[in-house]
Amino acid sequence: MKVLVAVKRVIDANVKVRVKTDGSGVETANVKMAMNPFCEIAVEEAVRMKEAGVATEIVAVSCGGASCAETLRTALAMGADRGIHVQTDLALQPLGVAKLLKAVIEKEQPKLVITGKQAIDDDSNQTGQMVAGLLGWAQGTFASKLTVEGEQLRAKREVDGGLETVLLKLPAVVTTDLRLNEPRYASLPNIMKAKKKPIEALTPDALGVDPTPRLTVLKVIEPPKRKSGTKVKTVAELVEKLRNEAKVI
Amino acid sequence: MKFGLTTEQQLLVEAIRGFVETELMPYEEEVERTDKVRPELIAQIKERAIRAGFYAANMPEELGGGGLDHVSLTLMERELGRTSFALHYVVARPSNILRACKGDQIERYLLPAIRGERVECLAMTEPGAGSDLRSMKTRAVRQGDQYVINGTKHFISYADVADFIVLFAASGEESTAKGSRKMITSFLVDKGIPGLEVRMGPKSVSHRGYHHCELVFADCRLPASQILGEEHRGFDVANTWLGATRLTVATQCVGRAQRALEMATKWAATRQQFGQTIGKFQGTSFKLADMATEIAAAELLVLNAAWKTDQGTAMDQDYAMAKLYATEMLARVTDNAVQIFGGMGLMAEVGVERLWRDARVERIWDGTSEIQRHIISRALLRPQED
Repeated sequence: MKVLVAVKRVIDANVKVRVKTDGSGVETANVKMAMNPFCEIAVEEAVRMKEAGVATEIVAVSCGGASCAETLRTALAMGADRGIHVQTDLALQPLGVAKLLKAVIEKEQPKLVITGKQAIDDDSNQTGQMVAGLLGWAQGTFASKLTVEGEQLRAKREVDGGLETVLLKLPAVVTTDLRLNEPRYASLPNIMKAKKKPIEALTPDALGVDPTPRLTVLKVIEPPKRKSGTKVKTVAELVEKLRNEAKVI
Repeated sequence: MKFGLTTEQQLLVEAIRGFVETELMPYEEEVERTDKVRPELIAQIKERAIRAGFYAANMPEELGGGGLDHVSLTLMERELGRTSFALHYVVARPSNILRACKGDQIERYLLPAIRGERVECLAMTEPGAGSDLRSMKTRAVRQGDQYVINGTKHFISYADVADFIVLFAASGEESTAKGSRKMITSFLVDKGIPGLEVRMGPKSVSHRGYHHCELVFADCRLPASQILGEEHRGFDVANTWLGATRLTVATQCVGRAQRALEMATKWAATRQQFGQTIGKFQGTSFKLADMATEIAAAELLVLNAAWKTDQGTAMDQDYAMAKLYATEMLARVTDNAVQIFGGMGLMAEVGVERLWRDARVERIWDGTSEIQRHIISRALLRPQED
């Protein structure tokens, strides 16, 4: 079974994100970048499927500027077999990425597509669902356990009320939740091998997709700083404040 | 001139950092508290390091090692240097001196060390022979096909855990233009042979869980086939293979200093006094600036020496400068880190006092700062002298 994994390059999770002074976005110049943690989980799951003999080939795909190749190398060092880099300098949005992925998927014909449930930069949580929608494939989002059963995939989903198990008909799209697995650190032999693994470069034009952003970002601002609280002396005072100041009771 | 890392080097740094954070750092507190690394923990770390291909990463690929070049290895050692010495030492980088193994020594010592089946330690220092190594009193007297060893070694790191010892002993005297001097031979000695006693040494302030021992040789007999290298050429073997170990010390100091800086920065950005974070006071912020600058300078020295090693142009003074500066930098940086933490910095639970204690040995072992200065100054002056 061929597995396709989408990986996104984002600001490293340990970096404190700063908003640009002109409010046009967040500062990315001279900032440490890394693979989106949910995408790491997606790659890890695919590699485990391959180790278990369920997956036969893992293709990692990333859409974006030249530096996305580094993120693809990380995926290759973790165990993906080859990479596809859809090169564009446009500021991609979920629908654009979903259309690009759809085109790559139609070309590659994988049985399973794994993406992160969201990227930690824009937290959109849309791409996986859009890909499934565009392809008309089954989807299992927020997966915390995956088991391939013949032509079906059993996915345990983390939903508001607890855990929900769904049975998907393959081919399918799955998005990963935090508890699906703990991604590995790359091994030295795999790092050395990663250099020799191929990364195919494609363009939106070649795929016949127009990923131009459909949404315009008007302004990015930092969330307001949390104000310090007040101390109350008695329960009566607390109730009075909740009723008359906060107006919540 | 290029300062950037290759993609592989970047991936390696990320991977080692992941390994250190997942497999080693969680046990730091335990090692500090108990002053030991449990045998089960040693086995676990070793197994995972072998599986990840980090074990013996310094050894050539054709011998089963990781085959890293010196720049990559230096980056790896830097990342390992961030955590407790006793823990990262388990991710063995077997001493390069084992590459001098010949004949069946290769199958008995070199390859098992690379595979993680056997662990070595080096025995040079004696109570009366520290920086003045050649004054060693441990003797190896030839009797037919054997050598009889007598004498005492001390400060022999890891001899409690190691399976065999690379021993240096005086095997005779030769006359030179400057008078007579001792000739040294190195031997491979299996622990547990008759005539060798291994005793735990006194407790050290630095590197808890990583112990040193006293080795007492009393009529200990070794077959001549245990000689590593050539008879009387022990220092040649050491000089050929051990030069770059000073670079290892230096780069680990850079890693540890980076950790100290990160801790101190976080503290300075959050700790409030006089109504503001202490990082807003110039007394604190300028300390951080100096720390960061010194770390960057040490890192450049270290990586430059590593790069020169790969080019085959490294000189003794390159290693000496890197070791001298990085170890002394670490002392200043960790001292400042403690100062920024104030009283809290002295508390074991905070972790910064460990970095400060561990820094102390680095200016002493693998050649004291004074010996490094001697090497650097000799390289300057000797060409000018008649």
